[in-house]
Amino acid sequence: MPELSDIWNVLILRDYNTRLVVICTILLGCACGLMGGFLLLRKRSLMGDTLSHATLPGVGLSFMLLVALGGDGKSLPILLAGAGITGVIGCAAVLFIREQTRIKDDAAMGIVLSVFFGAGVAILGVIQKMPEGSAAGLESFIYGKTASMVMSDFHILVFITVCVITCSLLLFKEFRLLCFDENFAAVLGWPVKFLDILLLTFITAVTVAGLQAVGLILIIAFLITPAAAARFWTNQLDRMLMLSALIGAASGWIGASLSAFFPRLPAGAVIVLVAALFFVLSMLIGTERGVMIRSLRQSQLEKRMGRQHLLRALYEIMEGGRVTEELNIRTVPFRQIRGRRTWSDRQLRDYIRRAYNEGLVEAPNKVDSILLTETGLVEAKQVTRNHRLWEMYLIEYADVATSRVDRDADMVEHILGDKMVTRLENKLQAYRIAGSLVPQSPHPIDPGD
Amino acid sequence: MQIEETAIACKSPPLTIRDLTVAYHRKPVIWDIDLSIPEGKLVSIVGPNGAGKSTLIKACLDLIPRTSGEINIYGQSYKKMRNRVGYVPQRETVDWDFPVSALDVVAMGTYGKLGWFRRVSKRSKALSMEALERVGLADYAHRQISQLSGGQQQRTFLARALVQDADIYFMDEPFAAVDAATERAIVELLKELQKRGKTVLVVHHDLATVPQYFDWTVLLNMRVVAAGPTDEVFTQENLRRTYGGKLTLLTQAANEVVQSR
Repeated sequence: MPELSDIWNVLILRDYNTRLVVICTILLGCACGLMGGFLLLRKRSLMGDTLSHATLPGVGLSFMLLVALGGDGKSLPILLAGAGITGVIGCAAVLFIREQTRIKDDAAMGIVLSVFFGAGVAILGVIQKMPEGSAAGLESFIYGKTASMVMSDFHILVFITVCVITCSLLLFKEFRLLCFDENFAAVLGWPVKFLDILLLTFITAVTVAGLQAVGLILIIAFLITPAAAARFWTNQLDRMLMLSALIGAASGWIGASLSAFFPRLPAGAVIVLVAALFFVLSMLIGTERGVMIRSLRQSQLEKRMGRQHLLRALYEIMEGGRVTEELNIRTVPFRQIRGRRTWSDRQLRDYIRRAYNEGLVEAPNKVDSILLTETGLVEAKQVTRNHRLWEMYLIEYADVATSRVDRDADMVEHILGDKMVTRLENKLQAYRIAGSLVPQSPHPIDPGD
Repeated sequence: MQIEETAIACKSPPLTIRDLTVAYHRKPVIWDIDLSIPEGKLVSIVGPNGAGKSTLIKACLDLIPRTSGEINIYGQSYKKMRNRVGYVPQRETVDWDFPVSALDVVAMGTYGKLGWFRRVSKRSKALSMEALERVGLADYAHRQISQLSGGQQQRTFLARALVQDADIYFMDEPFAAVDAATERAIVELLKELQKRGKTVLVVHHDLATVPQYFDWTVLLNMRVVAAGPTDEVFTQENLRRTYGGKLTLLTQAANEVVQSR
């Protein structure tokens, strides 16, 4: 077990040997995060997976070529170039199958992915039998092995990742348009096919650059996971990409450092697990679309609706079907409110308790009846008025059957803001009953007994 | 010479189509379309489902390859005239969950005049904001697009077409599933565009409102059944020829329409 100080030394890159690897994976994470964002929004995640699996035969073939030319087959640029070439051929194969036959995308990708990967495994098998070459390094492309990086690799990877990061920042506007609405991009005269190829080229570049560190099976996770995690935090593409790059970089940093300590832990797996941790955390606590914020919003909506339902029920019961300017507050039996809607005793009592805390109803000391306060009456009048305005708007303009309006109105009313209500009010001036703030309910009100 | 050519281009009608046939998977979707749209008209394209209305628009915009025929916009190919063309696609064609704001989407209308790598300028943003105001969405500029209602999303698309500042607009079902407020906003916008001399082609599905909203109509069912001023071509006979047996339900609506005129 390493000392804490050792861990710290690695994390702050004090150790020269790990410095290379860690910087490399940080840059790679950054590039993957950026490109993954576009890949995710272009809905091409599985294409990325096909691409990465299709790199394996390229690695094997270029190794064989190098050996045949008398080398030892360890030249990284050549291996990566080979990987890129078969990767792109794989993608082209998917597109070809999709265009020329009626086979759907997912099936085409499934076929291409497994066939190319199978071919790659077969080629590696052949290489192992070759007397000249040792295929020892090549499996690291499948699962990833950062420890095998050397200084010259470092230069190549830094070059690729920095290029990709710069280009994708320059082409932010173009890629955003392409991912959002490619037809519109074409109408404006942007070369959509070319942009698509450019995007695919960058994806290929980061995939190939990541082969050594993360491995071809897991690289797709390194592309997609940070982007998916970032989406939980923001609704703006620029922020999402920044965050995605940050999460990618952090995963690379932590993952590579960890695997520097525990040489038995394959770097690719650790990096992906760290990224997955970020994803799970984001999914739970993401401030824009996380699970918690969503359920919080949902329960707030329910409470607000419950409060308004209670107030309106009270108001309508007191009104007793007549429209009057001044309403006298009177107690309303619990049973009568209970009968107005499909709510449970427990729910209703919960709403009443909350209303009491807000000072809208008098202390419900007697369980059997409820009495609005003056504030409660004002509020109830307002709620009922809003509801009826909206209800009438629906009847007037939206061709909704009268019997269905009530329920719809209940839903929409709580989503509309005050501003819209004011606008509605102006529009529906004609429907107002002279001198009254509250227009009559357009459908007969069930007294609820 | 130069001046003369320009003068001819100006006189050419906004859209002329000759012998247009488009086929998917060897099955023709529209065939032998001949059409000439005069300047400054609000034109509805009407026909049953699968009649090729969207296909016609997409062919005009070079979005799908045509099997044969020629399409000219102001007398020239689309490629040369694209900066005079505005487009409102069907609302469902994009992912409204995409992380952009309404303003971002509208600003995309200015990308045609922006070069490579150039960022969206302050001026483009101001123009986009203005367009949002015109469709009544100024307060929603910074909302993420999934938080807009269907009608508001449609109006966002319209605003995007407005900043394209085109002379001929193609709109694919802008009235589909919108609320009454949006419908009125779109109609007002159409009238305003017409007042400024623009030509607008709208794929429309609501027969009842055709005579009210549009002064020109193209009845389409794989081929052009009739095209011309709405008063002349929007007759029960032509509708029957367009919709065929499917008109049973529609006869009533058509009757009402004819009577209301």
